[in-house]
Amino acid sequence: MQNGHTGSPELTVPAIEDLEWMYSLMLEAKGADEAAAAEARQGKLQAALYPVRGLEGVCAALGVAMTDDDQMISSYRNLGDALACGIPLRTIIAEAYGRLGGTSKGKGGTMHLTDNERGLITTTGVVGSGLPMAVGLALAAQLDSSRSENAARAIVVTFGDGATSIGSAHESFNLAALWNLPLVFVCQNNQWGEHTAIDAYAANPNLAERVRSYGMHAEAVDGFDPMATWRTLSSALDRARSGGGPSFIECKTYRLTGHSGLSDYSYVPSDDLSAALERDPGPTMRRWLLENGYVSEARVSELETAAENTISEAFAFAQSSPPPDPSELLDDVYASKEGFPVR
Amino acid sequence: MTSTEVTNTQGAADEKKMSIVAALNSALDIALTIDEKVLIMGEDIADPIGGVMKATKGLSDKHGVDRVRATPIVEQTIVGSAVGAALGGYRPVAEIMFMDFLCQAMDQIVNHAAKTRYMSGGHSSTPIVVRAMIGSSNFGAQHSQALEGWFMHTPGLKVVMPSNPYDVKGLLLSAIFDDDPVVFIENMSMSYSVTGMVPTGDYRIPIGEAAVVREGSDVTLITYGAEVHTSLAAAEALAGDIDVEVIDLRSLVPLDISTCLRSVQKTKRAIVVHGSTQFCGPGAEIAIQLTDALWGELAAPVARLGASYTPVPFAAELQSIPTETSVIAAVQVLAEQG
Repeated sequence: MQNGHTGSPELTVPAIEDLEWMYSLMLEAKGADEAAAAEARQGKLQAALYPVRGLEGVCAALGVAMTDDDQMISSYRNLGDALACGIPLRTIIAEAYGRLGGTSKGKGGTMHLTDNERGLITTTGVVGSGLPMAVGLALAAQLDSSRSENAARAIVVTFGDGATSIGSAHESFNLAALWNLPLVFVCQNNQWGEHTAIDAYAANPNLAERVRSYGMHAEAVDGFDPMATWRTLSSALDRARSGGGPSFIECKTYRLTGHSGLSDYSYVPSDDLSAALERDPGPTMRRWLLENGYVSEARVSELETAAENTISEAFAFAQSSPPPDPSELLDDVYASKEGFPVR
Repeated sequence: MTSTEVTNTQGAADEKKMSIVAALNSALDIALTIDEKVLIMGEDIADPIGGVMKATKGLSDKHGVDRVRATPIVEQTIVGSAVGAALGGYRPVAEIMFMDFLCQAMDQIVNHAAKTRYMSGGHSSTPIVVRAMIGSSNFGAQHSQALEGWFMHTPGLKVVMPSNPYDVKGLLLSAIFDDDPVVFIENMSMSYSVTGMVPTGDYRIPIGEAAVVREGSDVTLITYGAEVHTSLAAAEALAGDIDVEVIDLRSLVPLDISTCLRSVQKTKRAIVVHGSTQFCGPGAEIAIQLTDALWGELAAPVARLGASYTPVPFAAELQSIPTETSVIAAVQVLAEQG
């Protein structure tokens, strides 16, 4: 995290270069989503896609709130989270194409990105399964900091609102609170659990209120407001690093596309979708940057051109990256291949 | 019981008679002592109770409740947090009490622990041990299943099923310091009843090496876990009539088929004996591998003797798993063939 400008806490904003970085991340996430869907529609990309549209502001805020030492576990809807960790878009897209240049040598695919050096420890394709793993990763962080003079690190786990229905999420909330773990549960609430609206699957859709009862700090924030989200996540991460225990941050957004890349979302009420699109975090941040004079119109244009170039370059890199050699099939099942079946 | 060969003599000068539970405790104590990255997590494992079978007795007092960590009743999150701690650089041992409760944790074992290395392109590993116990029919059908076949069917896992205190300790130490996830399966019927001399120090038995625990020339019994004792008892009962060799596989993945082949090349007859269901059980894989390799040399088809394809029955009259009597009968039938 960069030091924010001083001032009253509710008005603090990140440094200019971080604001620019946030806006660029949002552009890259949206642009890469759309480019990947276009490739898939043309049959050129054979991959399950889970767009981040609507979550870009949350991902951007996370990227600035997390330090280089903090670590994350994400889900299948991970493109923005991966960018937040600082993973180059080209390796994310190369993984989508199943190429050697991907984060996982093409063996993971879109749902399974790993970049340990940049703090993305794993991403799961199973709804809610990241939370128990995050409990263990946070336990490791807690034990490490109790044994070393090194700066404490916080763990972030991201998941959708749908994951809060999963039993092990509740096991994890309880354990994180019980053990006072340095863990921030970041619920990217897009109001839809796959194709079912939150009101239809939760008797109490106030997720922060539900999780507060486990005995941890829990609050909701407007996930379409990147600054408010950044402030809330930053204080949650500070609390985790300083031994103050876990937090549950419900970032309220709205899913601006279908559940998956090419899936039908005609069932989404058009009034709700229109209202959400009015608050689309990318354009909202653009206006905010200009109105407050943080960035000039010319600089915004530069950032937009740079993002377009990054996206084009990422897809070109991915498409030219070689696939894994067929001999790779049997590698990485175990630490060593010796003695194991091949069929 | 027949003692197995000592493969690492370090500490062998200082031996002690141990139950399987004592051997588990000794291995865990050594692992916690020599590597601060070793953790244990599970229900009721901290002192004063020290685990429902007492396998962790004294360990939280000695090594601290941070490292010998009692959890709520949350099997999925015990294993899930073990996976996460492993990804964070630790070597966790997750104790899941009865194997049946692994059903609660299958997502973390099968979808996560087993696949993380592969799905990350080799960038990550999950060096966890999941300890679980086959219970007994006294508890009915939900505390007694032998489910090792499920884990054999999942690439990425190692599956260890020892039969005696010496192997328990040496294999558990190997499992804890193995860089792959290991499902370590115990059997409640042996926890206190099977004892043997065990070195008090550190020694390791490589995972994936079977042991010939009784030599014989007429029929080979290939088995593991508690059925090693059933098979040895049957072999002793048949001594003088049929000369039975008994192989204790010790692990199912990796599977030491070479030791089995060497034996069956000699005896020409083999039965795979296990407590999991015969239908689609481990014996099916072992039998076809032996048949493929020794077709034309076998005096009789490779036989299997596993559990009935039923839930484990409660009433003692309903006998599901192989007994000394049923193993003897199967050996006698096979010995007459060919």
